[in-house]
This record gives sequence, C-alpha cells and structure tokens, in this order.
Amino acid sequence: MLYIPGNNPAMLQQGSVYGADGILLDLEDAVALNQKDSARILVSHMLQYISYEGCEVTVRVNHIDTPFGLEDLQQIVPLQPNALRLPKVETVEEITRIIKVIEEIEDKHGLPHDKMKVHVMIETALGVQNVYEIAQYSDRIDAISIGGQDLAADMQLVKSTDGIGIDYARKQIVMAAKACKIDVFDTVYVDTENEEGLREEAEYIKKLGFTGKAIINPRQIEIVNEVFTPTDLEIRKAAKIVKAFERNKAEGIGVFAVDGKMVDAPVVQRALRVLEMADIEVSEL
Amino acid sequence: MKNILNIEIPDNLNGIGSLEPFQGAFTKLKKGWMEEKTVPPPNKAKMPHSSKLCKTLREAIEKTKPYSGMTVSFHHHLRGGDDIVVNSIRILAELGIKDITLASSSLTSAHDALLPFFKDGTITQVFSSGIRGELGKAIAQGVLPKPFVIHSHGGRVRCVHTGKIKIDLAIIAASAADEEGNATGTHGKSAFGSMGYATIDSWYAKQVVVVTDNIVDYPCVPQSITQNYIDYVVEVNSIGDPTKIAGGSTRITKAPMDLQIARLAANVIEKSGELKEGFSFQVGAGGASLAVAKYIRKIMKKTNTKGSFVLGGVTSVGVDMLNEGLFSSIFDVQSFDAEVSSSLMKNPYHIEIPAGVYANPFNCGCMTNKLDIVVLGALEIDTDFNVNVITGSEGYVRGASGGHSDTASGANLTVVVCPSFRGRIPIVKEKVHTIVTPGESIDVLVTERGICVNPNRPELKQNLIDGGIEVKDIHDLAKEVEGITGKAKPIETTDRIVGIVEYRDGTVIDVIRQVVE
Amino acid sequence: MVLKVKAQAGSFESSDILIMVEPVAKGTGRTIELKSIVMQQFGDDVLQQINRDLDHYNIDDIRIIVNDKGALPPTISARLETALKRSAQVQAGTLTK
Repeated sequence: MLYIPGNNPAMLQQGSVYGADGILLDLEDAVALNQKDSARILVSHMLQYISYEGCEVTVRVNHIDTPFGLEDLQQIVPLQPNALRLPKVETVEEITRIIKVIEEIEDKHGLPHDKMKVHVMIETALGVQNVYEIAQYSDRIDAISIGGQDLAADMQLVKSTDGIGIDYARKQIVMAAKACKIDVFDTVYVDTENEEGLREEAEYIKKLGFTGKAIINPRQIEIVNEVFTPTDLEIRKAAKIVKAFERNKAEGIGVFAVDGKMVDAPVVQRALRVLEMADIEVSEL
Repeated sequence: MKNILNIEIPDNLNGIGSLEPFQGAFTKLKKGWMEEKTVPPPNKAKMPHSSKLCKTLREAIEKTKPYSGMTVSFHHHLRGGDDIVVNSIRILAELGIKDITLASSSLTSAHDALLPFFKDGTITQVFSSGIRGELGKAIAQGVLPKPFVIHSHGGRVRCVHTGKIKIDLAIIAASAADEEGNATGTHGKSAFGSMGYATIDSWYAKQVVVVTDNIVDYPCVPQSITQNYIDYVVEVNSIGDPTKIAGGSTRITKAPMDLQIARLAANVIEKSGELKEGFSFQVGAGGASLAVAKYIRKIMKKTNTKGSFVLGGVTSVGVDMLNEGLFSSIFDVQSFDAEVSSSLMKNPYHIEIPAGVYANPFNCGCMTNKLDIVVLGALEIDTDFNVNVITGSEGYVRGASGGHSDTASGANLTVVVCPSFRGRIPIVKEKVHTIVTPGESIDVLVTERGICVNPNRPELKQNLIDGGIEVKDIHDLAKEVEGITGKAKPIETTDRIVGIVEYRDGTVIDVIRQVVE
Repeated sequence: MVLKVKAQAGSFESSDILIMVEPVAKGTGRTIELKSIVMQQFGDDVLQQINRDLDHYNIDDIRIIVNDKGALPPTISARLETALKRSAQVQAGTLTK
C-alpha cells in the first residue's frame, strides 16, 4: 500500500507501476491546507484518466469534521475507487455518520452501496479503545489500519523509533480486525533511508498478524514485499501439508504427521494462507 | 536509394562522398573480410636521446606544423571534466588554422566552449560517437558546412583503419606519462582509468602529442600508450577538473522509476535462460541500466551463479562483483569512476583493452561477440525495436551511439531498459526520429508499463512466460503510451541532411536532418 | 462561471502545469499565453484542450498565462478547473482565498 501525495501529478500518473499491491491517493496529511481543493480536483481527474489496472486504488479523504471532508466525499464517492480510507475514526457515532453521508451520495448518483469498500484508520487512543465496535459496524469496512504518527502524538509519546509506545494499540487493532475477519495494515515507516529498520519492523508486524504495511516511498515496496511474500521453503512446506491433508481427507483422517510434526486443522489453515499469499491454487498442486 | 529499414539515403553527400545504405547487421560481416582498403599506419624515426618534451601545449602543436583542412583527434576519457579538447582547438584557432575536422571519440557538455569555433569556420566537420549540450543543438540546426558523422565505438576503429578518419594530429591526454610518451590513465591526480579509445589514434595519427599534468620518471607503468608512437610530450598544470573526470563512485540511482525498471529487467534476465554459469555481462552507466547490475548481483548470490567476464564501460559495481568473486575478470575499454581506475591499476584480472578488441566488427573477433547479456538504455524505441540513442525529443543531438549497436549485435541477450514515457514525451512509439541500433539486434524491451519481446525471439518469449512474466505486444504498449500522453507531433525538419549515423560496419543506417526552429 | 479575481493553480514541478487566470471585460475574448517544455510536440494540443474546457465552463472572456512542464491532459484540466473555481470564488473545502 503505497501512499501518493494527492497534489503531485508526477507521482499520481506513475502510481501503479511500482509493484505495490495497492496505492493510496492521499488528500489528507500529504496535502497542504491551502491546496486541498487543488488535490481533490487533480485526484478526481486522474482517477478518470489513468488506468490503475492491477493495483487496488484507495483514496484517503479528510475527516468529515474538517472543512474539507464533506467536499472530498462529494467529489470522490461518485468515482467509486476500490476503497475510501477514513482517517482518525474514534467512535461508532462517527463511522455511522460518515457511512450515512457516503450512501446518500451513492443514492444520488444511482450507485450501489456494496461496491466501494471502506477502510478505517485508528489514530487516537479513543479510537483504539473503540476499534472493535467501529470495525464491526458495517460490512463495507474491509480493512483497518493504524496511524502510528498521529497515535503517538495523541498518546503524548516522546519521539521514538522502537514502536514500544504503540505496541499495545497494534495488538488491540490486529485482534479487532481478526475478530471481524478483515484485513489489517500497519503504519508507515518514515525513515526511507533505513532499509534494515524497515525490514525489522515489517518482520515484527507480520508476526503480530498484520496483512500488510503502508509505505511512503516506492523504494520501500521491495522490502515489504520480500517480508510478506512466503519463501520457497515455506511454500514447499505448505504444499506438502495441504497435499497430505487432501490425501488423508479422502481416507477420513483428520490429524496426521508431516515430517514428524503433528498437522491438524489450524496448521492446514495456515498452510492454505501461505499458498494464497504466493498466488498458488490448491488445484495446481 | 532506401536502406533495409526503409530510410532514404542519398548516393552521395557533399563533404562525405558516396554512401552505402545499411543492409542488415551481419550482411557485410558474413563475407569474412572487409572490402574497403585499409590505410597503412605512418612510419616515423627519432634519433637516440633526442627530447620529445615541449614546454607548452602551444609549442607542441606548433611543432606538428598544423594546417588548414587537417583532422585533429581526441579521446573522451576525461568525460565531463575535459579541458584538453577546448584548449587545443583554441590554440589551433589562434594559429589561424581553419576547416578542421574534429574527430573526438565522443563530445560531452564539457565541450560547449567549442561553439564559437563551430561558427567561425575553425571546425567544419565532426566525427564522433556522441555530441551533446550546445554543440548538439547547434549541429542539428546546421551550424557546420559539412555533415557530421556519428559512429559507434567499434565503428570508429574501422573508420581509422580505412582512412575515413585520417588523423593528422592526435592529442592524447593522460593522467601520468613519461618523457618519451609512455602514458596511462590509471594513476595521478586526474586518473580516469582505461585509455581504450585513445590507442588506435596513437597508432594511426601522422603526429601524436601526449599531454599530462603528471610527468613521472621514465618508464611510465603501465603503458596504455607506448612511446614508439609518440612525437611530443607536454606537461600542463591541469588536464581538466578531476571531480568531473571521475566523480567519486558511480552511485546507483535512487529514482524510484529507474529502480523499478531495473528490478523488472533483472527478473527478465533471470528468467531468460541466459543467466547461467559462466555468463558474460555488460551494463551501461545510465540510471536504470546500472541499477540492473545491483539486482543481478543479488540474484547471482542467491542462485550461487558465477559469471566469466564483465565488459565495456566499467563502473564500481562491476569492480565490486569482481572482488566478490562473482565474475572472474573485467575487460575495460572505459572506466567510469575512481575506484575503477585503481582496480585497473592493481588487479591483474581487470584488464585494459583498446576499442578494436572491444568492438571493431572487422577483425578476427571483438569481445562484444562473446557477450551473453547486455543491458542498454534508449532515448526512443519504435515498434520494430529500432533504438534511438542520439537525438532528443526536440531533434537536437543529445546522446551517444557509443557501444550501443556494437554490444547489441554481439550479445545473446540484448535488453533495452527505459521508461515508456518521460514527462509527456512518449519513448515507446511507432517511429523513432533517428535509428542508431537496428531492431533486429534488440531482444527484449523492459519498461515500467510492460515487457516486450522481439518477435524474432519466440523461445525467449516462452522462457519469460514460463517464468511468470507477463509479455506485452510492443504495438499495444505504444498505443497504451499514446493513450496517456496523446500523439506527439513529429519533429519538423528541412530537407537538408546535417549529419549521418553510420552503422558499425560503415553503412548508413539513418540521416539527421536540419531542425526547423 | 463568472470570474471575479486573479487566481492560479499548479506548480513548476515536472509533469505539472502552472495556470494563472484573470477576469477581463466582457467582449474582450480569450487571451492564452502558453509556455511549454513540450511546445513543439504538444503545444497545439494544450491550447485546444484549454479552449475546450473553457467552452465547457462557458467562459468567453479571460486572460490565461500557462507554464507547462509536460503535464498530462488530466493535470491540465484539473489545474484549469482549480484556477477557475478559485477565480470565481466557488472553490469548496479549502483554506485558499
């Protein structure tokens, strides 16, 4: 998920070519307050002109209670990007209000309510406390993400790079997302020069259960992809487990051993997930 | 008459003579010999213990008895830092010499100061592999009375052998030389590495002056240039700006687009079937091409593959790969940064080669013939895979033929890397403004918006598809690009031919017409 | 759209375009001053596009100064729209005056 500043034509026109799974066209923090109109109009025109084929397109709008949020929705919702990303959601009341506005706009344009997905960003302590209720409010919400910079500010944390202060929030948000069976994305890593730091953080949040990570520079894509793409060894192992499972299933055996290790339903689930991330169909095995 | 690429080539051109149209990359080579006559190198004599040393460059030039209508040659190993070309031409102009043919192995933006001499009749014709900056603009506008000739690095050697470039005076800059003219570029404060393009001039020029800012005790080691060819030696304070001669280490680009294209290209190379044990490799020094080396290095380590040799213009990335044991040797015709110069000096498996060994098509086999993989850039590429590396989007000359067509014809796998458009200018398009390298020599194009395989390489296409790479038809890509940028109006030109592009075998692959302002 | 004040949008960045618009007296017509780094290849296209967009907004009297750094058509339309809305003071959701 690559963030692209909404007022930068050079980056907007090339957004989809860097190999990110998705791009986030940003009207919020990456745009100066006096250029909000400019970015909104530019993103609207780009969405209609550039084919972002092969890349999920999400637009991050401004919060509805800012002077920009409502106009963002008015302009962007009719264009139906793959998803809208809503920043700084804190309460169920807020998400209720925002989704109502979105659906009113969709009704006005004769658009369905189920095509464009909604991503909520949790960026405050209050949001972290309410995350499960927010996430399960609507079927349209298919991902949550954590905004680390804003959250750290809200928590009045002293600047640190180790992420200890937001660790609880990360885990809480992962748990809420898993409970709702939706995707969960980690915050950006701001030091674009530090490749090792990015790799360590990506490995850590992968272990926590995050689905992916937002990035701010195309150079970060390769590292995050490397971390999140299963290795050949992992794929071979997973394929072996799934094949053994299929064989045993035919004979009615639920628990069995592969390479001396016990395999039961959860292990098979994880193996299937590895194959899914590697884009391998079970029927191809 | 038309050449095989359907480009109209006149039979004769004032200032050059009769022209032979391009007939395909190997049509002439297949015969096994060159039909054109070669000229003999001059024979000279010196008395024992006579001195070659001159006090000033002007004194040396005066001693060679320059005359109007002469050809003066230079090498371009000092790249953007060169002062010798401009200083020498200025001296010749002061001596009242006119109608000079300038034969520099290439010209860079460091030579913008020559413009007044192009305008006042001091220089009337140019032979070079590349022209850039103000000069490139001026010659496209038709500043010179005689058409200029763009040749490849290998083609230049042929031009000298046949006397098409008949060098009267070669002025050769060196970073170290002795009183007899033995010279090298591998050490000294202005070290620039290999002198690969200068050797042929020293062998064939009627008179040769070595210029250095660093006279060393006799004999100068190593001898890139040897004393038996040298008439005069001059020590000057400076041969140029060392920071621009070797700007430290060649940095791998951080431009996301170049890196992305490089990553895609490395993947293409990995899946092509050519990246096998003992492969030979060359990359250009440009942004995306150089970055490919970084990813190839990663792949070689991952797959535990060892290559045989690195060829060509050499960067520090090549040196690192030699030092890591990924390749067993480097053959260096041109060195791009300081680390390369010192490696060339110290490492016996890093070997300096002259341009003829590197790329001349008419000998018993140049090293580009042994290339497995080469990665090259492009200013434009058309739907027949013909590549332009010489004229820019305004029609000015702003690039270099260099070793592009030489390596492309030799390598098993020629990969062209470029963005599909720059700014609003389409790069992949139906027709390029000037063809330097014929499409038959290009195997695969890698852009950020698609990978296209030359239809004459179906097995390569299959290998890529089997490797999980999506392959696009180049016509579709060109259409997609036009859909984004809009259709660019072609460059407006007059009928006047201001320059020709020679293919490496001496035939004419394209002409450059005067740009309308 | 009725233009009220001088306004501008865009930038000098590569692939962007800076468009300045100025209201003029009715009946004056359109004056468009175009500078472009791709003048030779796309100058006419840019002018045509701007005129088409002005037709769309029913603007006949205007002075426009354009400095194009190789912008694609969507960027040209977006910057013009922004400048016009700012000039007509109908821009919504921004802190620009």
